[in-house]
Amino acid sequence: MTFSNEDVDHVAQLARLGLDDDEKRRLGRELTAILDAISKLQEVDTSEISETAQVGELINVWRDDVPAPCIGADLALVNAPVTDGAHFVVGAIQESERDT
Amino acid sequence: MSETPSTLRQLASQLRQRLVSPRELLDDAYAHIESTEPRLHAYLTLTRELAERQADDAERRLRDGDPSPLCGIPIALKDVLCVEGSETTAGSKILAGYRPPYTATAVERLFAAGAVCVGKTNCDEFAMGSSNENSAYGPVGNPWDVERVPGGSSGGSAATVAAGSVTCSLGSDTGGSIRQPAALCGVVGFKPTYGRVSRYGLIAFASSLDQIGPLTRSVEDCATVFSVIAGHDERDSTSSTAPVEDPLPGLDAGVRGLRVGVPDEYFAQGLEQGVRSRVEDAMRELERLGAELVRVSLPSSDYALATYYIIAPAECSSNLARYDGVRFGMREQRPSLLDMYMTTRDHGFGPEVKRRIMLGTYALSSGYYDAYYRKAQKVRTVIAREFARVFEDVDALVAPTSPSVAFPMGDRSDPLSMYLCDVITIPANLAGLPAISVPCGFVDDLPVGLQIIAPRFQDARVFRVAHAYERATEWHRVASPLAPAA
Amino acid sequence: MTQAVATGSATAARGFEPVIGLEVHAQLLTRSKMFCACSADYAGKQPNDNTCPVCLGHPGVLPVINRRAVEFTVRTALALDCEIASFTKFDRKNYFYPDLPKGYQISQYDLPLSRDGHLEFQLDGALVRCGITRVHLEEDTGTMHHEGDVLQRATSSLVDLNRSGVPLMEIVGEPDLRSPEAAREYLIRLRQILVYIGVNDGNLEKGSFRCDANVSLRPAGTESLGTKVEVKNMNSFRAVHRALEYEVQRQAGVLAAGGALAQETRGWVEAEGRTVSQRSKEYAHDYRYFPEPDLPPLQLDEAFVERVRSELPELPEARRLRFQSQYGLKPYDASVLTATREEADAYEELVAAGVPAKLAANWQMVEVAALANELRVTLAQSGLGVKGLAELLTLLDAGTINGPTAKELLAELYLGGGDPGAIVSARGLAQVSDESELAALVEAAIAENEAAVADLRAGKEKALARLVGHVMKATQGKANSQLVNKLLRERLGG
Repeated sequence: MTFSNEDVDHVAQLARLGLDDDEKRRLGRELTAILDAISKLQEVDTSEISETAQVGELINVWRDDVPAPCIGADLALVNAPVTDGAHFVVGAIQESERDT
Repeated sequence: MSETPSTLRQLASQLRQRLVSPRELLDDAYAHIESTEPRLHAYLTLTRELAERQADDAERRLRDGDPSPLCGIPIALKDVLCVEGSETTAGSKILAGYRPPYTATAVERLFAAGAVCVGKTNCDEFAMGSSNENSAYGPVGNPWDVERVPGGSSGGSAATVAAGSVTCSLGSDTGGSIRQPAALCGVVGFKPTYGRVSRYGLIAFASSLDQIGPLTRSVEDCATVFSVIAGHDERDSTSSTAPVEDPLPGLDAGVRGLRVGVPDEYFAQGLEQGVRSRVEDAMRELERLGAELVRVSLPSSDYALATYYIIAPAECSSNLARYDGVRFGMREQRPSLLDMYMTTRDHGFGPEVKRRIMLGTYALSSGYYDAYYRKAQKVRTVIAREFARVFEDVDALVAPTSPSVAFPMGDRSDPLSMYLCDVITIPANLAGLPAISVPCGFVDDLPVGLQIIAPRFQDARVFRVAHAYERATEWHRVASPLAPAA
Repeated sequence: MTQAVATGSATAARGFEPVIGLEVHAQLLTRSKMFCACSADYAGKQPNDNTCPVCLGHPGVLPVINRRAVEFTVRTALALDCEIASFTKFDRKNYFYPDLPKGYQISQYDLPLSRDGHLEFQLDGALVRCGITRVHLEEDTGTMHHEGDVLQRATSSLVDLNRSGVPLMEIVGEPDLRSPEAAREYLIRLRQILVYIGVNDGNLEKGSFRCDANVSLRPAGTESLGTKVEVKNMNSFRAVHRALEYEVQRQAGVLAAGGALAQETRGWVEAEGRTVSQRSKEYAHDYRYFPEPDLPPLQLDEAFVERVRSELPELPEARRLRFQSQYGLKPYDASVLTATREEADAYEELVAAGVPAKLAANWQMVEVAALANELRVTLAQSGLGVKGLAELLTLLDAGTINGPTAKELLAELYLGGGDPGAIVSARGLAQVSDESELAALVEAAIAENEAAVADLRAGKEKALARLVGHVMKATQGKANSQLVNKLLRERLGG
């Protein structure tokens, strides 16, 4: 099970990690080794087993539809790296960035 | 040898007898921190202003007769816990300067009980690591030998308690991050049943595995802090509504009549000989105290590490997507959004975090989801069921916490070798079980930890067994070289 | 099922049949957001003022499900005849975009709240049945404003997270629609249902009701699947119709010329009347769905579903049919009067107050509708109200006042309200129906309008109106016009 260069590129893109070539090479090697170790999971017979998505036994955890005060724009923006005083500001967005 | 540092209970008693004031305790704490920090680097932020306000409040409350055992007690908080207005970094550059607009529930409960927050402790970046060498702000030294690691990811929280600067701290445990550093630093560290303590305000690493827990010098102290932070929180939908069994009343019940399982698989090769010996000694002590030790088998333990290293990275890859430079934290400003994302996250995250994000993203990606993530969640079910079956026969399990004692910094540069540190702690996270590490001896003056695991919601039973062992031994009285002098 | 393929005689001529499936996103009318307690009513607020750490996606926060949003979604699913899942859960849909603070949207993937329903409607006299694949629940994103308003040329964008986390219901329709008309009608019917059952306000312009379409063509009469194109950015029913018409034509043109269609997303550009390619679907996002670990699953038992079902009001189609049979109304009239629940409730209140069905229908559909449109105030919202109108129409029906008087009073009292009965008495507006009084006035009218009388006798029927008008004027418009007509005819023997 190898983590190929294409894999590294593809996954880095999905994760928005702008890795340089050295990092990509190193990660490719490390992840191949890790995936190798992980592959032993395939030995376990899970044909009759369902997934554990939740470790607890809770169901139907919800709340009443009651609004509460918001924290306000000042506090919302207090940690903003770039703001125009009212919004978070980001740079130019390519077509490929846009989602459905 | 330094004098045995006090326990939380002892300090609480002194406060009530007016032998010392909250402010004096605080000043002592800061003085000690100041003297040890150059060697330990256990703290990222010292919250002096907040602490002084809280100490003054505690003074008033004590005068009014406040019965809370935590009133006026200095405490340190792992820097993955949000404290409103205080810089909270999760040990990462990407959150440098971030000041949360709210406080974590568990922390709020401590504050409401009168605890005094001395500072935010250093930790592996986003709680990912077993040595605190992954902190973006530099490693933490082990008070027993500062050239060695304190364990991780709650290295700072463990080190500061071991050093005796504070009697208690909060950490977080996803694959052993409270228990393993507790073992390596010779202190008590407890991971509650999953869902027992609210995760609201804990900077998420792996949502289905994370839990907040205390690190202290004694089991009683640990149970005390636990009882303050435990309980349902409507802001955390995974927090349990089951009533919390107060561990303190039954703490002294002892282990007579309890069946304690010893899983074969946790004593396999890879365990250092010295660790094996100390743990076997501890098991004999438990027998002497009246417990019935029974050999059990958890065959799927072999797969726990692999299971964990798919589930945790998968969840973290999603949990860390919000660190994108848009609304808080670090931003590498670039003309295009995409470049800004790529550069911010490349510069803001360290190598271990990137490794796990890559692994997790891959495990969830189209074409691989079934083989990796889904498969891992199924094996997780197998592991949990195995525990349930074993607990039909025994009341608790005993094991080593860490396969090794504290190792020198830089020793485990290969990621896989670092992951092996958690091989005995990970299963309890996967099954959501309560587990503790208590000191059980030394190997070459380096602490060894004994792990006790119980069924879900039997947190009180974990404390009871640990307390019985502690009371019969002297390990908890041995102070680290950095502890305050007489 | 037949649907009129009115578009594109060109398309039909080329032997192609459109295959259209619609995806609707509807904001729910809850008071708070989906996973936090911020208000769901974000309109008009200062940017980023309607937020909290949870919907801002801060480190350490956790979602908590709004139960009402679940109930509203189940309510919708029941109205669309869907199967309600007894076990359902939320999943994370992972992607990066500035208006998505957590870097993932909490949505539903493989176990949605409901599936397999349908929506039926009339189109050109035929019944169309469109399948509903699923109705599920998720959270809305924030909004972005691009510098210069054109995304493609903007060098910066502004992010407002007020809308982030508002409950959003996704309704996916089967590709059973065969024309832009059918698509438009489906949307109108769906929107009507959502507004009727009180879960959505149906506002396309504001964006609380949004629609995307999947359009493909196939040779008529076949079951094959053509290349699917997604069409977005249609902000009104008219835009939906125009966009789909354009797209169908465009695709037919490409295919007829022997070309191949790209599987892509195209945006409707209203100002230019065409769709423009946005992005090839080959570069599809890998959303890496996995079950949301922060939220336990939902198990909806029968009791829960029945409780929600009991909150379901009579649906528009059923109400329309009942109005036809119960009140003897024509299909068109019944349809107008049941267009909204408010209208239908008003009508039934009128009839229950004793106003004859036909009279109430006429007045509500004509006189009241005109005023409501002009003044932008519905009857229920007006000062006069349904009660006032009922009194007014009762006076009319009893012959106490005549039509013109009733109309004047309606206009006068609509906004400010008032007691019609009291006003009629106080001002002496009662209709003059006394025969002897009217006979005298009729004599006077005849005497003073020799020309009209002559015209009438000469066969010009319209002259009668002038004589009636004379009497009306003499009585300040209060004469009983039917009686005046009758008396005039008797008197003039015609």
